[in-house]
Amino acid sequence: MSIRIAIAQINPKLGDLTANLALYEENIRQAIDKTADFLLFPELSLTGYFLRDTVPSVALTLKSAEIKKLKQLSRKLPFVAGLVEESADHRFFNSAIYFEDGEVRHVHRKVYLPTYGMFDEQRYFARGDRIRAFDCKFGRLALLICEDLWHPSTIYLAALDGALAVLCPSASPLRGIVDNQVQDDTARYWEMINRAYAETYSLFMIYGNRCGFEDGVGFWGGSEIVDPFGQRLAKAGYYEEQFLLAEVPLESVRRKRTMSPLLRDEDLDLTINELMRIRERPATSTVVRAFRGAKLREVKKPLSKPRKL
Amino acid sequence: MIAIPTNPALLREILIAFIRNEVRKTGLTRVVVGLSGGVDSTLSAMLAAQALGRENVLALLMPYKSSHPDSQAHAEMILRMTGIESLFVDISPQIDAYFDRFPDADARRRGNKMARERMTILYDHSARWNGLVLGTSNKTELLLGYGTVYGDMASAINPLGDLYKTQVWALAEAIGVPDVIVRKEPSADLWVGQTDEGELGFSYREVDQLLYLMVDHRYTKPELINAGFPEPFVDDVAQRIMNSQFKRRLPVIAKVSQRTIDRDFRYSRDWGK
Repeated sequence: MSIRIAIAQINPKLGDLTANLALYEENIRQAIDKTADFLLFPELSLTGYFLRDTVPSVALTLKSAEIKKLKQLSRKLPFVAGLVEESADHRFFNSAIYFEDGEVRHVHRKVYLPTYGMFDEQRYFARGDRIRAFDCKFGRLALLICEDLWHPSTIYLAALDGALAVLCPSASPLRGIVDNQVQDDTARYWEMINRAYAETYSLFMIYGNRCGFEDGVGFWGGSEIVDPFGQRLAKAGYYEEQFLLAEVPLESVRRKRTMSPLLRDEDLDLTINELMRIRERPATSTVVRAFRGAKLREVKKPLSKPRKL
Repeated sequence: MIAIPTNPALLREILIAFIRNEVRKTGLTRVVVGLSGGVDSTLSAMLAAQALGRENVLALLMPYKSSHPDSQAHAEMILRMTGIESLFVDISPQIDAYFDRFPDADARRRGNKMARERMTILYDHSARWNGLVLGTSNKTELLLGYGTVYGDMASAINPLGDLYKTQVWALAEAIGVPDVIVRKEPSADLWVGQTDEGELGFSYREVDQLLYLMVDHRYTKPELINAGFPEPFVDDVAQRIMNSQFKRRLPVIAKVSQRTIDRDFRYSRDWGK
Protein backbone atom coordinates (compact mmCIF):
# COMPACT_ATOMS: atom_id res chain seq x y z
CA MET A 1 0.00 0.00 0.00
CA SER A 2 1.37 3.36 -1.01
CA ILE A 3 0.54 6.29 1.23
CA ARG A 4 1.21 9.98 1.01
CA ILE A 5 3.02 11.04 4.14
CA ALA A 6 3.43 14.67 5.11
CA ILE A 7 5.74 16.12 7.74
CA ALA A 8 5.11 19.57 9.23
CA GLN A 9 8.56 20.99 9.94
CA ILE A 10 7.26 23.85 12.05
CA ASN A 11 8.45 26.46 14.51
CA PRO A 12 5.97 26.48 17.40
CA LYS A 13 5.58 29.22 19.99
CA LEU A 14 7.10 28.33 23.33
CA GLY A 15 4.35 27.65 25.86
CA ASP A 16 1.48 28.98 23.71
CA LEU A 17 -1.07 26.18 23.19
CA THR A 18 -3.60 28.39 21.42
CA ALA A 19 -1.15 29.63 18.83
CA ASN A 20 0.25 26.16 18.25
CA LEU A 21 -3.16 24.56 17.96
CA ALA A 22 -3.90 27.09 15.22
CA LEU A 23 -0.60 26.14 13.58
CA TYR A 24 -1.63 22.50 13.75
CA GLU A 25 -4.99 23.27 12.12
CA GLU A 26 -3.30 25.23 9.37
CA ASN A 27 -0.92 22.34 8.63
CA ILE A 28 -3.68 19.76 8.75
CA ARG A 29 -5.67 21.86 6.29
CA GLN A 30 -2.64 22.08 4.02
CA ALA A 31 -2.10 18.32 4.23
CA ILE A 32 -5.71 17.72 3.27
CA ASP A 33 -5.44 20.17 0.36
CA LYS A 34 -2.39 18.32 -0.87
CA THR A 35 -4.21 14.98 -0.51
CA ALA A 36 -1.83 13.61 2.09
CA ASP A 37 -2.94 10.45 3.91
CA PHE A 38 -1.07 11.13 7.12
CA LEU A 39 0.73 14.01 8.82
CA LEU A 40 3.58 13.91 11.34
CA PHE A 41 4.19 16.78 13.74
CA PRO A 42 7.49 17.12 15.65
CA GLU A 43 8.16 16.38 19.32
CA LEU A 44 6.45 18.80 21.73
CA SER A 45 5.39 20.91 18.78
CA LEU A 46 2.03 21.72 20.36
CA THR A 47 3.88 23.33 23.27
CA GLY A 48 7.45 24.20 22.33
CA TYR A 49 10.51 22.40 23.69
CA PHE A 50 12.40 24.28 26.44
CA LEU A 51 9.27 24.52 28.58
CA ARG A 52 10.97 24.25 31.96
CA ASP A 53 8.51 25.42 34.65
CA THR A 54 5.67 25.86 32.13
CA VAL A 55 5.33 22.07 31.78
CA PRO A 56 2.34 21.82 34.18
CA SER A 57 0.64 24.83 32.54
CA VAL A 58 0.64 23.32 29.06
CA ALA A 59 0.01 19.69 30.09
CA LEU A 60 -3.11 18.05 28.64
CA THR A 61 -5.05 15.11 30.00
CA LEU A 62 -6.59 12.83 27.40
CA LYS A 63 -9.97 14.31 28.40
CA SER A 64 -9.00 17.93 27.82
CA ALA A 65 -10.74 20.20 25.33
CA GLU A 66 -7.57 20.42 23.25
CA ILE A 67 -7.35 16.64 22.88
CA LYS A 68 -11.05 16.59 21.92
CA LYS A 69 -10.27 19.17 19.29
CA LEU A 70 -7.35 17.11 17.98
CA LYS A 71 -9.55 14.00 17.86
CA GLN A 72 -12.07 15.94 15.85
CA LEU A 73 -9.39 17.13 13.43
CA SER A 74 -8.27 13.54 12.92
CA ARG A 75 -11.63 12.63 11.38
CA LYS A 76 -10.34 14.14 8.15
CA LEU A 77 -6.71 13.12 8.42
CA PRO A 78 -4.74 10.86 10.75
CA PHE A 79 -1.77 12.58 12.38
CA VAL A 80 0.76 12.40 15.19
CA ALA A 81 0.87 15.26 17.69
CA GLY A 82 3.71 16.02 20.10
CA LEU A 83 2.61 17.38 23.48
CA VAL A 84 2.82 17.24 27.26
CA GLU A 85 0.46 14.55 28.54
CA GLU A 86 -0.71 14.56 32.13
CA SER A 87 -1.69 11.23 33.67
CA ALA A 88 -4.50 10.79 36.20
CA ASP A 89 -1.91 10.71 38.98
CA HIS A 90 -0.44 14.01 37.74
CA ARG A 91 2.74 12.85 36.16
CA PHE A 92 3.79 14.76 33.07
CA PHE A 93 4.99 12.89 30.01
CA ASN A 94 6.70 13.98 26.84
CA SER A 95 4.21 12.13 24.62
CA ALA A 96 3.42 11.59 20.98
CA ILE A 97 -0.16 10.67 20.20
CA TYR A 98 -1.43 8.98 17.07
CA PHE A 99 -4.90 10.30 16.22
CA GLU A 100 -7.09 8.53 13.67
CA ASP A 101 -10.81 8.67 12.80
CA GLY A 102 -11.62 10.87 15.77
CA GLU A 103 -9.87 8.62 18.27
CA VAL A 104 -6.60 8.29 20.10
CA ARG A 105 -5.13 5.20 18.47
CA HIS A 106 -1.82 5.11 20.32
CA VAL A 107 0.10 7.06 22.95
CA HIS A 108 3.86 6.80 23.19
CA ARG A 109 5.46 8.29 26.28
CA LYS A 110 9.10 9.15 25.69
CA VAL A 111 11.23 6.60 27.50
CA TYR A 112 14.69 8.10 27.23
CA LEU A 113 14.60 11.63 28.60
CA PRO A 114 17.94 13.32 27.95
CA THR A 115 19.25 14.99 31.09
CA TYR A 116 22.79 16.05 30.35
CA GLY A 117 24.55 18.89 28.58
CA MET A 118 21.86 21.29 27.39
CA PHE A 119 19.00 18.91 28.27
CA ASP A 120 16.97 18.72 31.45
CA GLU A 121 14.01 16.52 30.56
CA GLN A 122 14.06 14.25 33.58
CA ARG A 123 13.73 17.26 35.80
CA TYR A 124 10.34 18.00 34.28
CA PHE A 125 9.00 14.78 32.80
CA ALA A 126 8.16 11.29 34.00
CA ARG A 127 9.67 8.45 32.06
CA GLY A 128 7.58 6.27 29.76
CA ASP A 129 7.80 2.55 30.47
CA ARG A 130 6.74 0.81 27.30
CA ILE A 131 7.61 0.46 23.67
CA ARG A 132 4.85 -1.03 21.55
CA ALA A 133 4.07 -1.14 17.88
CA PHE A 134 0.40 -0.45 17.12
CA ASP A 135 -2.06 -1.11 14.34
CA CYS A 136 -3.61 1.67 12.33
CA LYS A 137 -5.30 1.94 8.97
CA PHE A 138 -1.93 1.84 7.18
CA GLY A 139 -0.68 -1.26 8.95
CA ARG A 140 1.55 -1.77 11.95
CA LEU A 141 3.69 1.21 12.96
CA ALA A 142 5.75 2.35 15.92
CA LEU A 143 6.22 5.75 17.48
CA LEU A 144 9.53 6.67 19.10
CA ILE A 145 10.45 10.16 20.23
CA CYS A 146 13.84 11.70 19.42
CA GLU A 147 16.30 10.50 22.09
CA ASP A 148 14.46 7.15 22.28
CA LEU A 149 16.11 6.34 18.96
CA TRP A 150 19.59 7.02 20.31
CA HIS A 151 19.06 3.80 22.26
CA PRO A 152 19.17 0.97 19.73
CA SER A 153 17.05 -1.24 22.00
CA THR A 154 14.01 0.89 21.16
CA ILE A 155 14.11 0.36 17.43
CA TYR A 156 15.00 -3.28 17.94
CA LEU A 157 11.84 -3.72 20.00
CA ALA A 158 9.75 -1.74 17.52
CA ALA A 159 10.98 -3.85 14.61
CA LEU A 160 10.46 -7.15 16.41
CA ASP A 161 7.01 -5.98 17.45
CA GLY A 162 6.20 -5.83 13.76
CA ALA A 163 6.50 -2.17 12.81
CA LEU A 164 6.74 -1.51 9.08
CA ALA A 165 7.60 2.11 9.68
CA VAL A 166 8.91 4.06 12.64
CA LEU A 167 7.45 7.50 13.12
CA CYS A 168 9.88 9.71 14.93
CA PRO A 169 8.78 13.14 16.13
CA SER A 170 11.90 15.05 17.11
CA ALA A 171 13.05 18.35 18.60
CA SER A 172 16.72 17.99 17.90
CA PRO A 173 18.90 21.02 18.60
CA LEU A 174 21.70 21.87 16.18
CA ARG A 175 25.19 21.72 17.64
CA GLY A 176 28.72 20.91 16.60
CA ILE A 177 30.35 22.74 13.72
CA VAL A 178 32.61 20.57 11.61
CA ASP A 179 34.58 21.60 8.54
CA ASN A 180 33.44 20.51 5.08
CA GLN A 181 29.98 19.48 6.22
CA VAL A 182 26.75 21.08 4.97
CA GLN A 183 24.94 20.43 8.25
CA ASP A 184 25.79 20.56 11.95
CA ASP A 185 27.16 17.44 13.55
CA THR A 186 23.94 16.36 15.24
CA ALA A 187 22.12 16.46 11.91
CA ARG A 188 24.87 14.32 10.41
CA TYR A 189 24.52 11.77 13.18
CA TRP A 190 20.73 11.55 12.81
CA GLU A 191 20.95 11.08 9.07
CA MET A 192 23.42 8.29 9.60
CA ILE A 193 21.26 6.40 12.10
CA ASN A 194 18.03 6.96 10.18
CA ARG A 195 19.59 5.32 7.18
CA ALA A 196 21.30 2.58 9.17
CA TYR A 197 18.12 1.73 11.08
CA ALA A 198 16.00 1.72 7.93
CA GLU A 199 18.35 -0.70 6.20
CA THR A 200 19.17 -2.82 9.22
CA TYR A 201 15.58 -3.33 10.31
CA SER A 202 14.06 -3.22 6.81
CA LEU A 203 11.51 -0.56 7.60
CA PHE A 204 10.69 3.05 6.83
CA MET A 205 12.07 5.80 9.00
CA ILE A 206 9.72 8.78 9.05
CA TYR A 207 11.66 11.47 10.87
CA GLY A 208 9.99 14.82 11.63
CA ASN A 209 12.17 17.43 13.26
CA ARG A 210 11.20 20.98 14.16
CA CYS A 211 13.00 24.21 13.29
CA GLY A 212 13.26 27.66 14.84
CA PHE A 213 15.15 28.92 17.88
CA GLU A 214 14.42 28.93 21.60
CA ASP A 215 16.78 31.03 23.72
CA GLY A 216 19.44 30.86 21.02
CA VAL A 217 19.18 27.09 20.57
CA GLY A 218 18.25 26.26 17.00
CA PHE A 219 16.50 23.11 15.86
CA TRP A 220 17.99 21.82 12.64
CA GLY A 221 14.89 20.70 10.74
CA GLY A 222 16.06 18.40 7.97
CA SER A 223 13.05 16.07 8.31
CA GLU A 224 13.27 13.02 6.12
CA ILE A 225 11.76 9.77 4.97
CA VAL A 226 14.12 6.85 4.36
CA ASP A 227 12.98 3.59 2.79
CA PRO A 228 14.06 0.06 3.83
CA PHE A 229 16.76 0.10 1.15
CA GLY A 230 18.31 3.17 2.76
CA GLN A 231 17.13 5.49 0.02
CA ARG A 232 15.94 8.92 0.99
CA LEU A 233 12.46 9.47 -0.44
CA ALA A 234 12.17 13.04 0.81
CA LYS A 235 14.31 15.54 2.62
CA ALA A 236 13.40 18.92 4.07
CA GLY A 237 15.82 21.83 4.22
CA TYR A 238 17.86 22.57 7.30
CA TYR A 239 17.05 25.32 9.83
CA GLU A 240 13.82 26.55 8.23
CA GLU A 241 10.12 25.81 8.09
CA GLN A 242 8.91 23.40 5.46
CA PHE A 243 5.97 21.23 4.60
CA LEU A 244 7.35 17.93 3.35
CA LEU A 245 5.28 15.47 1.36
CA ALA A 246 6.22 12.14 -0.18
CA GLU A 247 4.67 9.06 -1.69
CA VAL A 248 5.69 6.18 0.58
CA PRO A 249 5.34 2.67 -0.88
CA LEU A 250 4.91 0.72 2.36
CA GLU A 251 4.71 -2.50 0.33
CA SER A 252 8.41 -2.25 -0.48
CA VAL A 253 9.11 -3.52 3.04
CA ARG A 254 8.04 -6.93 1.71
CA ARG A 255 10.52 -6.77 -1.14
CA LYS A 256 13.36 -5.74 1.13
CA ARG A 257 12.54 -8.44 3.68
CA THR A 258 12.34 -11.02 0.91
CA MET A 259 15.77 -10.04 -0.36
CA SER A 260 17.40 -9.83 3.07
CA PRO A 261 15.34 -11.63 5.69
CA LEU A 262 17.35 -10.34 8.63
CA LEU A 263 14.38 -9.91 10.91
CA ARG A 264 13.12 -13.41 10.11
CA ASP A 265 16.47 -14.77 11.23
CA GLU A 266 16.65 -12.68 14.37
CA ASP A 267 16.91 -15.04 17.34
CA LEU A 268 14.66 -13.50 19.93
CA ASP A 269 15.12 -16.32 22.43
CA LEU A 270 18.86 -15.96 22.25
CA THR A 271 18.60 -12.22 22.83
CA ILE A 272 16.25 -12.63 25.75
CA ASN A 273 18.35 -15.36 27.33
CA GLU A 274 21.52 -13.37 27.01
CA LEU A 275 19.85 -10.24 28.37
CA MET A 276 18.58 -12.22 31.35
CA ARG A 277 22.09 -13.52 31.95
CA ILE A 278 23.61 -10.04 31.64
CA ARG A 279 20.98 -8.69 33.98
CA GLU A 280 21.81 -11.29 36.64
CA ARG A 281 25.56 -11.16 36.17
CA PRO A 282 27.54 -9.68 39.07
CA ALA A 283 28.26 -6.10 38.21
CA THR A 284 31.77 -6.07 36.85
CA SER A 285 31.77 -2.91 34.83
CA THR A 286 30.62 0.55 35.78
CA VAL A 287 28.17 0.54 32.90
CA VAL A 288 26.39 -2.55 34.17
CA ARG A 289 26.42 -1.17 37.70
CA ALA A 290 24.83 2.05 36.51
CA PHE A 291 22.07 0.11 34.79
CA ARG A 292 21.49 -2.08 37.80
CA GLY A 293 21.24 0.95 40.02
CA ALA A 294 18.58 2.44 37.76
CA LYS A 295 15.70 0.19 38.90
CA LEU A 296 15.37 -2.82 36.68
CA ARG A 297 11.78 -3.73 37.32
CA GLU A 298 10.72 -7.29 37.99
CA VAL A 299 9.69 -8.91 34.76
CA LYS A 300 6.65 -10.99 35.62
CA LYS A 301 6.70 -13.66 32.94
CA PRO A 302 9.93 -13.07 31.17
CA LEU A 303 10.42 -15.90 28.77
CA SER A 304 7.15 -17.68 28.20
CA LYS A 305 6.11 -16.89 24.66
CA PRO A 306 8.46 -15.03 22.38
CA ARG A 307 6.53 -13.50 19.55
CA LYS A 308 7.24 -15.13 16.20
CA LEU A 309 7.63 -12.80 13.27
CA MET B 1 45.46 18.32 17.97
CA ILE B 2 41.85 18.99 17.02
CA ALA B 3 41.83 22.21 15.05
CA ILE B 4 39.05 24.75 15.51
CA PRO B 5 36.52 24.19 12.73
CA THR B 6 35.42 27.28 10.84
CA ASN B 7 32.89 26.19 8.21
CA PRO B 8 31.81 29.75 7.34
CA ALA B 9 29.00 28.70 4.99
CA LEU B 10 27.26 26.72 7.71
CA LEU B 11 27.89 29.29 10.45
CA ARG B 12 26.49 32.04 8.25
CA GLU B 13 23.34 30.05 7.52
CA ILE B 14 22.77 29.27 11.21
CA LEU B 15 23.50 32.78 12.47
CA ILE B 16 21.24 34.42 9.91
CA ALA B 17 18.42 32.06 10.89
CA PHE B 18 19.16 32.84 14.54
CA ILE B 19 18.97 36.62 14.09
CA ARG B 20 15.82 36.47 11.97
CA ASN B 21 14.10 34.10 14.36
CA GLU B 22 15.05 35.64 17.68
CA VAL B 23 14.30 39.19 16.51
CA ARG B 24 10.98 38.49 14.83
CA LYS B 25 9.57 36.37 17.63
CA THR B 26 9.69 39.44 19.88
CA GLY B 27 7.37 41.19 17.44
CA LEU B 28 10.15 43.49 16.23
CA THR B 29 11.93 43.62 12.89
CA ARG B 30 14.99 45.71 13.70
CA VAL B 31 18.28 45.71 15.56
CA VAL B 32 20.57 48.41 16.92
CA VAL B 33 24.30 47.71 17.02
CA GLY B 34 27.33 49.65 18.19
CA LEU B 35 29.71 49.75 15.25
CA SER B 36 33.32 50.30 16.32
CA GLY B 37 35.05 49.53 13.05
CA GLY B 38 36.46 46.31 14.50
CA VAL B 39 35.87 42.85 13.11
CA ASP B 40 33.34 41.69 15.72
CA SER B 41 30.85 44.53 15.42
CA THR B 42 31.31 44.61 11.64
CA LEU B 43 30.49 40.93 11.38
CA SER B 44 27.47 41.24 13.68
CA ALA B 45 26.12 44.20 11.71
CA MET B 46 26.66 42.56 8.33
CA LEU B 47 25.00 39.30 9.43
CA ALA B 48 22.06 41.34 10.73
CA ALA B 49 21.80 43.22 7.45
CA GLN B 50 21.72 39.93 5.56
CA ALA B 51 19.15 38.49 7.97
CA LEU B 52 16.82 41.46 8.32
CA GLY B 53 17.59 43.78 5.41
CA ARG B 54 19.86 46.80 5.58
CA GLU B 55 16.97 49.18 6.38
CA ASN B 56 16.39 47.22 9.61
CA VAL B 57 19.87 47.66 11.04
CA LEU B 58 20.87 50.84 12.85
CA ALA B 59 24.59 51.21 13.47
CA LEU B 60 25.64 53.64 16.19
CA LEU B 61 29.11 55.13 15.86
CA MET B 62 30.11 56.31 19.32
CA PRO B 63 33.72 57.46 19.34
CA TYR B 64 35.54 59.17 22.19
CA LYS B 65 38.01 61.89 21.31
CA SER B 66 40.98 59.59 21.91
CA SER B 67 39.57 56.76 19.76
CA HIS B 68 41.86 55.72 16.95
CA PRO B 69 40.95 57.58 13.74
CA ASP B 70 41.02 54.25 11.84
CA SER B 71 38.14 52.98 13.96
CA GLN B 72 35.75 55.60 12.63
CA ALA B 73 37.13 55.39 9.11
CA HIS B 74 36.58 51.64 9.07
CA ALA B 75 33.06 51.96 10.52
CA GLU B 76 32.22 54.50 7.81
CA MET B 77 33.60 52.15 5.18
CA ILE B 78 31.15 49.50 6.40
CA LEU B 79 28.28 51.99 6.31
CA ARG B 80 29.04 52.81 2.68
CA MET B 81 29.47 49.17 1.83
CA THR B 82 26.28 47.88 3.43
CA GLY B 83 23.94 50.85 3.25
CA ILE B 84 22.67 50.21 6.78
CA GLU B 85 21.15 53.03 8.81
CA SER B 86 23.53 54.96 11.04
CA LEU B 87 23.81 57.58 13.72
CA PHE B 88 26.88 59.34 15.04
CA VAL B 89 27.10 60.09 18.77
CA ASP B 90 30.36 61.54 20.08
CA ILE B 91 30.55 60.39 23.71
CA SER B 92 33.40 62.78 24.64
CA PRO B 93 31.24 65.51 26.27
CA GLN B 94 29.39 63.16 28.61
CA ILE B 95 32.52 61.19 29.51
CA ASP B 96 34.53 64.34 30.14
CA ALA B 97 31.74 65.96 32.16
CA TYR B 98 31.73 62.97 34.47
CA PHE B 99 35.48 62.61 34.90
CA ASP B 100 35.87 66.33 35.52
CA ARG B 101 34.43 65.40 38.91
CA PHE B 102 36.72 62.37 39.33
CA PRO B 103 39.90 63.45 37.59
CA ASP B 104 42.14 60.83 39.19
CA ALA B 105 40.28 57.92 37.54
CA ASP B 106 42.67 55.50 35.86
CA ALA B 107 42.46 54.14 32.30
CA ARG B 108 40.50 51.06 33.36
CA ARG B 109 37.77 53.09 35.04
CA ARG B 110 37.61 55.45 32.10
CA GLY B 111 37.47 52.58 29.63
CA ASN B 112 34.69 50.80 31.52
CA LYS B 113 32.75 54.04 31.79
CA MET B 114 32.96 54.53 28.04
CA ALA B 115 31.76 50.99 27.40
CA ARG B 116 28.80 51.50 29.76
CA GLU B 117 28.01 54.93 28.33
CA ARG B 118 27.79 53.34 24.89
CA MET B 119 25.50 50.68 26.32
CA THR B 120 23.06 53.29 27.66
CA ILE B 121 23.02 55.02 24.29
CA LEU B 122 22.35 51.73 22.49
CA TYR B 123 19.46 50.92 24.81
CA ASP B 124 18.04 54.42 24.41
CA HIS B 125 18.03 54.04 20.64
CA SER B 126 16.68 50.52 21.03
CA ALA B 127 13.59 52.11 22.59
CA ARG B 128 13.48 55.01 20.13
CA TRP B 129 13.86 52.88 17.02
CA ASN B 130 12.14 49.68 18.16
CA GLY B 131 15.19 47.54 17.61
CA LEU B 132 16.80 44.89 19.76
CA VAL B 133 20.36 45.58 20.88
CA LEU B 134 22.60 43.23 18.93
CA GLY B 135 25.60 41.87 20.81
CA THR B 136 29.12 41.66 19.43
CA SER B 137 31.07 39.81 22.15
CA ASN B 138 32.73 36.61 20.95
CA LYS B 139 33.27 33.40 22.90
CA THR B 140 36.95 34.09 23.53
CA GLU B 141 36.24 37.42 25.22
CA LEU B 142 33.28 36.06 27.13
CA LEU B 143 35.27 33.12 28.50
CA LEU B 144 38.28 35.22 29.43
CA GLY B 145 36.09 37.93 30.91
CA TYR B 146 37.74 40.40 28.57
CA GLY B 147 34.84 42.82 28.40
CA THR B 148 32.95 45.30 30.54
CA VAL B 149 30.06 43.81 32.46
CA TYR B 150 26.91 45.87 31.69
CA GLY B 151 28.97 47.59 29.03
CA ASP B 152 29.94 45.94 25.76
CA MET B 153 28.81 42.61 27.25
CA ALA B 154 25.20 43.83 27.40
CA SER B 155 22.83 42.98 24.58
CA ALA B 156 19.46 41.39 23.83
CA ILE B 157 20.72 38.80 21.37
CA ASN B 158 24.26 37.91 20.45
CA PRO B 159 25.07 35.98 17.27
CA LEU B 160 28.81 35.77 18.02
CA GLY B 161 28.82 34.57 21.63
CA ASP B 162 29.58 30.96 20.69
CA LEU B 163 32.26 31.79 18.12
CA TYR B 164 35.93 31.97 19.00
CA LYS B 165 37.87 34.92 17.61
CA THR B 166 39.50 32.53 15.14
CA GLN B 167 36.03 31.63 13.84
CA VAL B 168 34.99 35.29 13.77
CA TRP B 169 37.95 36.06 11.53
CA ALA B 170 37.18 33.18 9.17
CA LEU B 171 33.50 34.03 8.92
CA ALA B 172 34.22 37.75 8.51
CA GLU B 173 36.57 37.02 5.67
CA ALA B 174 34.08 34.69 4.02
CA ILE B 175 31.18 37.14 4.09
CA GLY B 176 33.30 39.94 2.65
CA VAL B 177 34.42 42.08 5.57
CA PRO B 178 37.22 44.19 4.11
CA ASP B 179 40.70 42.80 4.63
CA VAL B 180 41.91 45.89 6.41
CA ILE B 181 39.34 45.25 9.15
CA VAL B 182 39.88 41.49 9.39
CA ARG B 183 43.65 41.80 9.55
CA LYS B 184 44.06 44.76 11.87
CA GLU B 185 45.23 44.23 15.40
CA PRO B 186 42.23 43.67 17.71
CA SER B 187 41.72 46.50 20.16
CA ALA B 188 39.02 47.66 22.56
CA ASP B 189 40.34 51.15 21.68
CA LEU B 190 39.55 52.42 25.16
CA TRP B 191 42.89 54.19 25.46
CA VAL B 192 45.66 55.10 23.08
CA GLY B 193 47.87 52.17 22.12
CA GLN B 194 45.66 49.52 23.77
CA THR B 195 45.61 46.14 22.02
CA ASP B 196 43.78 43.01 23.15
CA GLU B 197 46.71 40.67 22.69
CA GLY B 198 49.14 43.10 24.35
CA GLU B 199 46.87 43.39 27.36
CA LEU B 200 46.04 39.70 27.60
CA GLY B 201 49.64 38.59 27.14
CA PHE B 202 48.93 35.94 24.50
CA SER B 203 47.56 35.77 20.99
CA TYR B 204 43.96 34.96 20.17
CA ARG B 205 44.96 32.09 17.92
CA GLU B 206 46.94 30.46 20.74
CA VAL B 207 44.31 30.93 23.39
CA ASP B 208 41.47 29.91 21.06
CA GLN B 209 43.11 26.56 20.44
CA LEU B 210 43.55 26.08 24.18
CA LEU B 211 39.99 27.16 24.99
CA TYR B 212 38.58 24.96 22.25
CA LEU B 213 40.17 21.86 23.75
CA MET B 214 39.54 22.90 27.35
CA VAL B 215 35.93 24.04 27.00
CA ASP B 216 34.48 22.36 23.93
CA HIS B 217 36.34 19.05 24.23
CA ARG B 218 36.71 18.99 28.02
CA TYR B 219 40.44 18.27 27.98
CA THR B 220 41.87 17.92 31.49
CA LYS B 221 44.95 19.85 32.57
CA PRO B 222 47.35 16.91 32.03
CA GLU B 223 45.84 16.37 28.59
CA LEU B 224 46.33 20.04 27.70
CA ILE B 225 49.95 19.98 28.85
CA ASN B 226 50.41 16.78 26.90
CA ALA B 227 49.00 18.54 23.84
CA GLY B 228 51.83 21.05 24.12
CA PHE B 229 50.43 23.98 26.10
CA PRO B 230 52.78 25.34 28.79
CA GLU B 231 51.42 24.77 32.29
CA PRO B 232 51.48 28.46 33.34
CA PHE B 233 49.46 29.34 30.22
CA VAL B 234 46.87 26.65 31.03
CA ASP B 235 46.66 27.85 34.64
CA ASP B 236 46.37 31.49 33.65
CA VAL B 237 43.52 30.82 31.25
CA ALA B 238 41.69 28.49 33.67
CA GLN B 239 41.99 31.17 36.35
CA ARG B 240 40.64 33.87 34.05
CA ILE B 241 37.60 31.75 33.21
CA MET B 242 36.85 31.08 36.85
CA ASN B 243 37.44 34.65 37.99
CA SER B 244 35.15 36.11 35.34
CA GLN B 245 32.26 33.70 35.90
CA PHE B 246 30.33 36.52 37.63
CA LYS B 247 30.28 38.47 34.38
CA ARG B 248 28.42 35.69 32.63
CA ARG B 249 25.68 35.32 35.24
CA LEU B 250 22.79 37.34 36.63
CA PRO B 251 23.43 39.12 39.94
CA VAL B 252 23.37 36.83 42.97
CA ILE B 253 19.96 36.80 44.67
CA ALA B 254 19.51 35.95 48.34
CA LYS B 255 17.08 33.03 48.44
CA VAL B 256 14.35 33.37 51.05
CA SER B 257 11.20 32.11 49.28
CA GLN B 258 10.18 28.75 47.86
CA ARG B 259 10.65 29.97 44.32
CA THR B 260 13.56 32.23 43.55
CA ILE B 261 14.21 33.74 40.15
CA ASP B 262 16.48 31.54 38.07
CA ARG B 263 16.97 29.04 40.91
CA ASP B 264 13.59 27.30 41.14
CA PHE B 265 11.60 29.79 39.09
CA ARG B 266 12.81 28.54 35.74
CA TYR B 267 11.51 29.81 32.46
CA SER B 268 13.12 30.27 29.11
CA ARG B 269 13.72 33.80 28.01
CA ASP B 270 11.63 33.09 24.92
CA TRP B 271 8.68 32.09 27.13
CA GLY B 272 5.46 32.71 25.19
CA LYS B 273 7.33 33.62 22.01
